[in-house]
Amino acid sequence: MANTDNKFKNPSGHTLSLSREQAVELFIPVVAVLIALVLGALLILFIGKSPLTAYGALLKGSFGSKRDIAETLINVTPLIFTGLSVAFSFKCGLFNIGAEGQFIMGQIVAAWIGFSLTGLPTVIHMPLAFLAGALAGALWAALPGYLKAKLGVHEVINTIMMNYIALYFSHYLVMGALKEPGPIPQTPPVVEAARLWRILPGTRLHFGLILALGAVWLVYYLLFKTTLGYEIRAVGINPHAARYGGINVSRDIIIAMSISGALSGAAGAVQALGVQFRFLDLFGFVGYGFDGIAVALLGRNHPFGVLIAATLFGTLARGAITMQSIAKIPKQIIGIIQATIVIIVAADEVLRRILKSKSVATQDVVEAGEVGSDGD
Amino acid sequence: MPGAVLHMQRCLASVERGFLTLKESIGDPVVEMRDITVKFPGVIANDNVSVDVYSGEILALLGENGAGKTTLMNVLYGLYRPDAGRIRIHGEQVQINTPNDAIRLGIGMVHQHFMLIPPFTVAENIVLGVEPVNAAGKLDMDKAIRDVEELSNQYGLVVDPRANIDDISVGMQQRVEILKALYRGAEVLILDEPTAVLTPQEVDELAAIMRSLVHQGKSIIFITHKLREVIAISDRVAVLRRGKCVGTGETKNTTAEELAQMMVGREVVLSLEKEPAKPGDTVLRVENLHARSGRNLPALRGVFFDVKAGEIVGIAGIEGNGQSELVETLTGLRKSTSGHIYVNGIDVAHNQPRALIEQGVAHIPEDRQNRGLILDFTVAENFILRNYYKSPFARGINLDYRKVQAHARDLISEFDVRTPHENIPVRSLSGGNQQKVVVARELSSEPKLLIASQPTRGLDVGAIEFVHKRLLAQRDQGKAILLVSLELDEIMSLSDRILVIYEGQIVGEMAASEATEGELGLLMAGGHGKRGLDTERSERSGQYGQQIQEPLRTHVKPIS
Ligand SMILES: Nc1ncnc2c1ncn2[C@@H]1O[C@H](COP(=O)(O)OP(=O)(O)O)[C@@H](O)[C@H]1O
Ligand SMILES: [Mg+2]
Repeated sequence: MANTDNKFKNPSGHTLSLSREQAVELFIPVVAVLIALVLGALLILFIGKSPLTAYGALLKGSFGSKRDIAETLINVTPLIFTGLSVAFSFKCGLFNIGAEGQFIMGQIVAAWIGFSLTGLPTVIHMPLAFLAGALAGALWAALPGYLKAKLGVHEVINTIMMNYIALYFSHYLVMGALKEPGPIPQTPPVVEAARLWRILPGTRLHFGLILALGAVWLVYYLLFKTTLGYEIRAVGINPHAARYGGINVSRDIIIAMSISGALSGAAGAVQALGVQFRFLDLFGFVGYGFDGIAVALLGRNHPFGVLIAATLFGTLARGAITMQSIAKIPKQIIGIIQATIVIIVAADEVLRRILKSKSVATQDVVEAGEVGSDGD
Repeated sequence: MPGAVLHMQRCLASVERGFLTLKESIGDPVVEMRDITVKFPGVIANDNVSVDVYSGEILALLGENGAGKTTLMNVLYGLYRPDAGRIRIHGEQVQINTPNDAIRLGIGMVHQHFMLIPPFTVAENIVLGVEPVNAAGKLDMDKAIRDVEELSNQYGLVVDPRANIDDISVGMQQRVEILKALYRGAEVLILDEPTAVLTPQEVDELAAIMRSLVHQGKSIIFITHKLREVIAISDRVAVLRRGKCVGTGETKNTTAEELAQMMVGREVVLSLEKEPAKPGDTVLRVENLHARSGRNLPALRGVFFDVKAGEIVGIAGIEGNGQSELVETLTGLRKSTSGHIYVNGIDVAHNQPRALIEQGVAHIPEDRQNRGLILDFTVAENFILRNYYKSPFARGINLDYRKVQAHARDLISEFDVRTPHENIPVRSLSGGNQQKVVVARELSSEPKLLIASQPTRGLDVGAIEFVHKRLLAQRDQGKAILLVSLELDEIMSLSDRILVIYEGQIVGEMAASEATEGELGLLMAGGHGKRGLDTERSERSGQYGQQIQEPLRTHVKPIS
């Protein structure tokens, strides 16, 4: 057996090997980002502006000052959660398009716990509200998980529908039971004790970022260091073999959807408890859940990849605003760059083919050749 | 590295061993392949291979899986361009760049996987691309059918030209493939592992067809990794090992043992030495088991049998007679509709897979790639697929990867799994080594009952020998083993007792020492054996207090 892997042993004895395949894994997202940035630059040239000024403004807007950095990280935080959410479901072979709905449920429930209880100390109230938001997301995802596991109903359909239910349900609550007295459809503000700590003086940067980084580590640990993670990955790759191994596939599907939902719910919770301090009526989907899909895709469904991808997307989103105001370049350019990245990563099968060499080329020849002989 | 000179020396070395004698009596070769080298990334699939084919002979191309047989023939058929080497046809140097070139030179190939178009008829498939046309330039289907009939009479290849490909057996489809090549004027016919998909009877029929073809002047290159077929069918044999030609010569001058040794590169024990079984207590008892197939048709229709500790019970049968469903039901992967399964006296008919694992039931599944392994998991992770949740691997919620890896290294060395280390995806191992991972995992679980379904499917001689030895060792340690296989040879050589399954029922039972291939073949096809169940039925139904349905009379099919 030919082995050209570069092997590294890390202290824990776990072997990290960077095979050709894994190199390709890393290579494609990087190439996608570069191509998208070049394309963005061409578009900026096309509208008669300088790409250098534009990207300079983008960087300055994202990282130019302490406040800019803080705002960028505030953008990144929910994307880390929703990216992890979608990635986790992917690892179990599920496509959770319902991150958006779970996000909404997490946000409104966290806000509700945050304003309705009073007199609790911060160390109790803050985690309680956060966890309540996560739990709400978990339950919102558990239902489609249950339907998938027990009745075989496809989770994509159900999670999409649950998004709309969440949107209109939150609408209903914030216009009614949870509405703050007054003309604006919003909940009362979250009490001080339930708000996430500010972690960078003079900015809005909040403890949610630390929670998000904790979630990255937690998801990594769960997936790669625990028996549950082993099961979930097994189910995701090959449910038949998992069942043969004695794994309760239905149970794992429900668990994986719930954990995925909890992560999206947590994203909603940090927005409610760290940024807005209440739930404001939504006129439509905010998009953190949907962006989570792109982040998971770009991050190759790996927690660390998600962290990097969320940072990129959060930075682009923040920088777009300054790019528009300083360099007078429409922020839609950034939307195009993001979309390009997603399309390239999603279409990487095509790229993979191009990257592969003789082994596949000859295989193609076999197929083509056979057709040729039939058509002789 | 070794050039042509070295190659000759190697072949001369074989002469000294008494095997190789060059064929000179028949005249000039039709095909001469000289010093063919084909490189793939990381492998040299063919390394300076030289092979000749003479007219009117069957040349067997023998070698283990991955030896390079298909690659060499794909070169001859114009599918691969060799990195080096020459090909001469009738003494003339040729360049074969496409299959069309090969066809023009009179070379036809029947691939391992057929290339037929299912909804079309036999005749349509045969003439496809070279259709006869009438004066008006329209497809002349009547002429096509006449042509096919003529061809099929000439070579004794009986087919129904009007039948749809969908409706005919695999054996028939193979004939269509052969006719397709003959219709295009093939003089040299390459058959890539043609017997892999056939029943023993169909293999005999194919052998007769091949004989008739060479009598009429065709030449056949017959690829196989089965020694018995080489001896029975071929005139000459060329042996490939790891891309190199390790010998060519006349079949009659060699023996199966010698060929096996050349093919594997070391001494191989072909006939299993085994002590008589010492059956102990009944470990598995199956009573009146019924189950439905994936298409919700009755697949098991009242199965009775038992397996005792220390014996191997083989289930023989043609594919699709309920074997897969039986194994799945016994391992908890499929729900039975009625009946009982007792393992060590406990009824487990409604148990989930995990509960059966806990009962000490190990399972080598027939489909290692889709069920037995998680191909993208590492070798180490695959070793714990059925016990990851137990100590010492699981500690609380954690999975102790140190222990997992240590366990993997133990099994890799104990079972001689060829892998660079335990942390690479099992996908990158060869088929034989993948199967070793499954076998190692299941045997190391110290089972009471081992259910082995097609445990050597797709493996080469060396790996087959390995698996067989391990199964026998398990038997000798007092494990009960149920062996389900489509390979009659395997059933006959390993089992102590043989059951025949036909249309979801056990239609025959005999001691392996008394079983003959003919008798088993007959039972497998649904006919009466000398010892059907008739004599045993009263005794058995008494034993189980159950009425066995008429398994034989109601399902006898006429045997042609
Ligand atoms: N298209 C291909 N690309 C890369 N490697 C190949 C390809 N085809 C065959 N090989 C490799 O070449 C070797 C010989 O394969 P093959 O000719 O199919 O063997 P055989 O037919 O004797 O089983 C194997 O190691 C196989 O993995
Ligand atoms: Mg082959």
